[in-house]
Amino acid sequence: MADIRFVLNGKETEYHGSATERLLDVLRNQYRCTSIKCGCREGECGACAVLIDGILHNSCCVAAGAVDGSSVVTLEGYRETARFAALEKAFAAVSAVQCGFCTPGMILAAEALLSKNPHPSEDEIREGLSGNFCRCTGYNAIVNAVSGAAKEGNGLW
Amino acid sequence: MDKISHSVMKKDHAPKVSGRSVYVSDYPPEGVLCGKMLRSTVARARILDVDAPPLPDGYFYVDARDVPEENAVEIVLYDTPVFCRETVEYIGEPIAMLCGPDEKTVERLRDECRVRYEQLEPVLDPNRAQETFFEYKFGHGDVEKAFAEADKIFDETFETGYHEHAYLETQGMMAEPEENGRMFVHGSAQNAYYIHDAVKRVLGCGDGGVHALQDVTGGGFGGKEEYPSILGCQVAVAAHKCGKPVRCVLDRREDMQCTSKRHPSVCCYRAAVKDGRVTALDVDVLFNAGAYSTLSGLVLQRAVFMAEGVYSIPHIRVHGRAVKTNTTPCGAYRGFGAPQVFFAVETLMNHIARDLGVDPLVFKAAHLARQGDLTATCGRYHFPIPLPAMIEKIDRACGYRKKAVSYGQPQSGRYRRGIGLSLCSHGGGLNGATENELTKSVVRLHKNADGTVEVLAANGEIGQGLRTTFPKIVAETLGLPLDKVFYDHPDTARVPNSGPTAGSRSILIAGELLRRAAVKLREQWADGQEQEVEEHYHDPDFLIPFDMEKMEGDAYPAYSWSVSVIELEVDTLTGISKVLGAYGIFDVGTPIDRNIVMGQMEGGFLQGIGFASMEKMAYDRNGFIRNNNFADYLIPTAKDVPNLKTMLHVESYPFGPYGAKGAGELPLVGAPAAYLAAMEQALGGRPLHHVPFTAEDTILALAKEER
Repeated sequence: MADIRFVLNGKETEYHGSATERLLDVLRNQYRCTSIKCGCREGECGACAVLIDGILHNSCCVAAGAVDGSSVVTLEGYRETARFAALEKAFAAVSAVQCGFCTPGMILAAEALLSKNPHPSEDEIREGLSGNFCRCTGYNAIVNAVSGAAKEGNGLW
Repeated sequence: MDKISHSVMKKDHAPKVSGRSVYVSDYPPEGVLCGKMLRSTVARARILDVDAPPLPDGYFYVDARDVPEENAVEIVLYDTPVFCRETVEYIGEPIAMLCGPDEKTVERLRDECRVRYEQLEPVLDPNRAQETFFEYKFGHGDVEKAFAEADKIFDETFETGYHEHAYLETQGMMAEPEENGRMFVHGSAQNAYYIHDAVKRVLGCGDGGVHALQDVTGGGFGGKEEYPSILGCQVAVAAHKCGKPVRCVLDRREDMQCTSKRHPSVCCYRAAVKDGRVTALDVDVLFNAGAYSTLSGLVLQRAVFMAEGVYSIPHIRVHGRAVKTNTTPCGAYRGFGAPQVFFAVETLMNHIARDLGVDPLVFKAAHLARQGDLTATCGRYHFPIPLPAMIEKIDRACGYRKKAVSYGQPQSGRYRRGIGLSLCSHGGGLNGATENELTKSVVRLHKNADGTVEVLAANGEIGQGLRTTFPKIVAETLGLPLDKVFYDHPDTARVPNSGPTAGSRSILIAGELLRRAAVKLREQWADGQEQEVEEHYHDPDFLIPFDMEKMEGDAYPAYSWSVSVIELEVDTLTGISKVLGAYGIFDVGTPIDRNIVMGQMEGGFLQGIGFASMEKMAYDRNGFIRNNNFADYLIPTAKDVPNLKTMLHVESYPFGPYGAKGAGELPLVGAPAAYLAAMEQALGGRPLHHVPFTAEDTILALAKEER
């Protein structure tokens, strides 16, 4: 089988395994990107969300072969950016992290939203996060955090 | 606002927000065997034999024969086996664990196992149960006389369904044999000591032969109170046999099918009314416990203790049973039996009021318990009950009274609205005499020579903020900056047993012990020296000791209070309801960090709204849970209740740390009754009796109206 070439967190990567593996498993096991969480393995909860060419995907429902030629961003890469720093600060200010299991997916969902819409309304934030379950917070704090990051990080997105 | 209530950056914020926290599934797989469970596919059967495929080198089949000591997991009783005994008692019961280095190979081997069953008739209907695990009866006054003298008697039955915790991280545990012969068990859990004690017994190894650590845990809500003891024993037995670390992480369907949930309930309430007042309640509570007893006795105790709601009824009789069925064992879930009875008593009070032609809130207010009144168990409400002030505050915030009048008028058209209100309390701490006689919590503070202080306690951070709030209490008391005090995930090798992470008790009980320990340390403080102080729990003097035989005395030291309001709009064409507003006011005493407490209130309230509206789970006629996945079991998303507003009312508790009371469970308890009351109003006032009340139920109710 042909090698799968993709960019993982900015780094050219060649994957020699099966194209039929779930991207979730490949990233966690092969590349030790353990920020990606497995919540359901059937595309419902968003805990395993990653950015593929800037678009949010549940990595449990993506075949590894499908990222050939793409750029994949996980929190391992994203946490080095100024945008992440703005989100981290905003999440801290309102204590939007409880158990933390949904958080990596939420952060990337926020990035996917803000990169398209730097000044979202509350409804747009809720829509943008609606593919990511959180069982702890009731969502208000997370929505406020994303809203705060959009305001404070003005110009970053 | 008190100084301690000012929010700080949570101590686990940075590792969690950056994805660096290590949950049990994140430890590197090298050298760790993967465990997969072979589970029963039938609800009740004798196991004749299991035909396992030939195992490659390095792969293992682990079952009851591999348990070194008794095949019984210590929970409250010992009926739950590590791996099934001669029979299986529910679909999903573990028969064996397949272990090996490669996950896919382990799965294939597991799937190739053939189990021969001699099927037995399962009991699936709790009303036809043949075995009662737990039964409680108590009361006071003269119930018979009150009913004999009543102007009117109300007799209603209320039902609630399963409620799945849906923590985002599924259950997972890992066991590692250590070089010194000790077994190290760790994973996603609430109570390291429960696991420690259960594994110790199963391995027959004594306290020194095992230690348990709570890893970073992706949500609990009660679901990781007792279940990790079972999974912990399973991986420990497997690691003992294999001589290697074994990790077992459940997949979502397995978790939803096989792990504990909130008990489905049937509550029959009879009420005697005389001169416009409820004079007596005769309550019968039935909980479907599932196949093993686990924590059902304790959950049922809280249900029966709270069966009177927030009222003071002169004559009361309460009877509760938790019965065995051949279904998944139910257990602890945020609220712990109270949501079921509060749903029933609040809905009943609404129905009686409407029948008498009285406004439900006025009717309820006239029956409210007051400071000094007797509780259902002949304890006392020792402290002020702030509900009247809280009702006024919430009315100002959301216009409850005005809307209730307006939506109470006959409505026509496609969209119809309703608003509902419920009043609840939650007793902090474990039931009755448990804290004083069984748990006997101990905490320690360890001061290092450099002046930093470590909290040594067993309560687990599960998202509710203990890694921050425990150090806040200690730092405040010692007058230290917060970064000098820290609290790590508990390992039973190093921390004393400060009791379980349950019953909204961590801050109330262990937090107060930590405050007292900090006072002690402050008095002994010696610069440059390593020091350690210890504090033990004793009931406060005001408490009326609880007699477990008679079920009399103070069931809880202090109560937290809530008023919950839900306003909704029903689409009569689709049956779909939209929550227009969810408003809650909560008295949990002084918040030890306002953001953290608000996060608990909002998250708990939304879980309760899910329970009331969309979170329906049911098993089929074979006992198989039909919707064991997130596609078919829906939990609220960020879009479902955008207008969720919570407030705090602070009635400071003099025996809690800085005035704090129990907080975690309360916000869930009132949602079901408030939701159903709003639904009744929107649907024209006909009494309803169950939650969850789904879109399908709405369509059924509308169809009934048309007939």
